[in-house]
Amino acid sequence: MLKIDNLHASVEDKAILKGINLEVKAGEVHAIMGPNGSGKSTLASVIAGREDYEVEEGEIILEGENIDELAAEERAHKGIFLSFQYPVEIPGVSVTNFMKTAINETRKAKGLEEMPANEMLKLIREKSELLEIDRKFLSRSLNEGFSGGEKKRNEIFQMAMLEPKLAILDETDSGLDIDALRIVANGVNKLKSKDNAVIVITHYQRLLDYIVPDYVHVLHNGRIVKSGPKELAHELEEKGYDWIKEEVGA
Amino acid sequence: MELKDKLVSSFFAFEDHLEDASPIHDIRNEAIKTFEQKGFPTKKEEAWKYTSLNSVLKHDYSLFPKTENAIEYKDIKPYLIHDIDSYKIIFIDGKYSSHLSQTTHDGIDVCLMSAALAKPKYRLVIENYFNKAATKDSLPSLNTAFSSEGAYIHIPKNKLVEKPIQIVHFSTGNEAALMLQPRNLIVVDENSHVQIIERHQSLTDNPVLTNSVTEIFANKRAIADYYKIQNDNQNASLIDNTFIKQKQESHVSVHTFSFGGKLTRNNLNFYQNGERIDSTLKGITIIGDKQHVDHNTLVHHIEPNCESHQDYKGIFGDSATGVFNGQVVVEKEAQKTNAYQSNNNILVSDKATINSKPQLEIFADDVKCSHGCTIGQLDESAMFYMRSRGIPEKEARALLMYAFSNNVLNSVKIPEIKQRITKLIAKKLGVNIGFDL
Ligand SMILES: Nc1ncnc2c1ncn2[C@@H]1O[C@H](COP(=O)(O)OP(=O)(O)OP(=O)(O)O)[C@@H](O)[C@H]1O
Ligand SMILES: [Mg+2]
Repeated sequence: MLKIDNLHASVEDKAILKGINLEVKAGEVHAIMGPNGSGKSTLASVIAGREDYEVEEGEIILEGENIDELAAEERAHKGIFLSFQYPVEIPGVSVTNFMKTAINETRKAKGLEEMPANEMLKLIREKSELLEIDRKFLSRSLNEGFSGGEKKRNEIFQMAMLEPKLAILDETDSGLDIDALRIVANGVNKLKSKDNAVIVITHYQRLLDYIVPDYVHVLHNGRIVKSGPKELAHELEEKGYDWIKEEVGA
Repeated sequence: MELKDKLVSSFFAFEDHLEDASPIHDIRNEAIKTFEQKGFPTKKEEAWKYTSLNSVLKHDYSLFPKTENAIEYKDIKPYLIHDIDSYKIIFIDGKYSSHLSQTTHDGIDVCLMSAALAKPKYRLVIENYFNKAATKDSLPSLNTAFSSEGAYIHIPKNKLVEKPIQIVHFSTGNEAALMLQPRNLIVVDENSHVQIIERHQSLTDNPVLTNSVTEIFANKRAIADYYKIQNDNQNASLIDNTFIKQKQESHVSVHTFSFGGKLTRNNLNFYQNGERIDSTLKGITIIGDKQHVDHNTLVHHIEPNCESHQDYKGIFGDSATGVFNGQVVVEKEAQKTNAYQSNNNILVSDKATINSKPQLEIFADDVKCSHGCTIGQLDESAMFYMRSRGIPEKEARALLMYAFSNNVLNSVKIPEIKQRITKLIAKKLGVNIGFDL
């Protein structure tokens, strides 16, 4: 599904990603962990096509196609979804209207007709029930004044609406209480299939108890310095990152 | 010949033809003298520092166009709010068009200035109100000198006028260049309520210069809601001079939507003469190319316990230029005034500019006055957020701009106007999305 090859990226001439290699196959869940500032969110943003990051070297291949030149919206149309670590507040645009626009623009890009209004309503109802989101919430301005947990739940609601092929969840667990974590994880699991894939960026094991990864990667100083099975996450939670830093001689 | 000389020299021939009551002749004669003496305003004047009329004064305008034209309803329908039942006062090249209009004398007067100036039954209202709010500045004076046609609306007391009134001026392009000077008088008596929509529209790209004056008098507890839709062609310029006198407990709102035209100057003046008056001035400006829109507002608080609310949003692209000059005067007697002013702008291009200048002159000590002005760019992280969800750049931009300005629409009371403005915004931003309806 996704193949990242020797990816180097910088922002304002500061090198942040220094040679990332990662392959994610359909049906897999990958977890990316690593200390603050190691480049996890940067990697997520670069995959999603944020323009402030300069890709200096390497390539990102989605289903056999190099997506380096594609704009963020074109990547979204191809099925990439990024759940933001810090979702952006957009005053004056309601959640519902935002979703309608996102879905219809995606359909337009694929040469499809707009989704009929009743179908849209049905979809919104179904997905908001899945994530136990109050309907009143949906008429509020997107993320404006939402609590941390509400923002994260709303991100997954959007993911459920858009049904991406590759979902990248950047610290979606932070800010969620136990109940919300269960609801959100359940939402993600419901969407999982053999045809799509998930990358989970997190600092904590607790989300991985629900969304069980096939692989765990440790990102440090712009490189993946260790990869392993799901048990690696337990080890990291227990022992921290110092032993890895020592191992790689950083 | 310079436009000024042409105007002055053609005045007497023009005036001679009019068979109005003599006081109006005197007013016109005074006014042309004032204009002759002051001339067109230049950038040397503080109030015109950022707006130069040079480029619009250079044309050889026809002042008295030929009357024949073959405009039909289908030609003008796109420019009307046609999905509501309304009164219509339609002018073509400055001349009243009876077959396109729908006026009334049934309990209220929705008719013509030319009739009101000439007929004895209107004499009292004309004597009491005509030219009683307009200032003696050069452009209003010029309009006064040539005032002969426009809308005359008189709502006697205790009338709730359910149908909005549309005043629309069309220019046909029959003249290579045309100057229009419409003159509107609106008197709303005690406890009455009226809603008015005004638009100036040229049907071709021939240059048009409109110097209009509208006087609105809101008597005790009257309510007047006025909507100005400014979306004219690229060679049409508008100088709108609106003067509003309010008596106690009256509420007047003016919404100005400026999306088009070459040069637009809105001189909007509110004078509060009574207690517990409410004045609302709101606007959305979205322009590009080399368009220029200048909002020059004045709210004069004279008596205690009154309010004013100003909220202007501007979005400027390409080499567009904007001006907001908001003057609020609170007289010594006007205690407990609550005056709010806000002007927020987004510059979408490096070449666009906005000059925003609040001017607060407060002589009372127990007042609440606030003003805020912001100039910014579109939030780039919001752009990425939206695009990462599949909304293309142009549409994301448009959605953000719409969201930035749409709270101005909250106070629009006619849903069809709201819809129309939303559509105009989408069109102006070049997108085909539904925004939030
Ligand atoms: N726009 C930017 N301008 C300058 N520096 C940036 C920018 N974005 C990221 N950085 C820097 O790049 C490095 C990696 O940041 P990134 O947000 O990717 O880390 P992270 O691994 O997600 O950290 P955390 O666990 O705290 O979320 C940091 O040192 C950060 O300060
Ligand atoms: Mg991060």
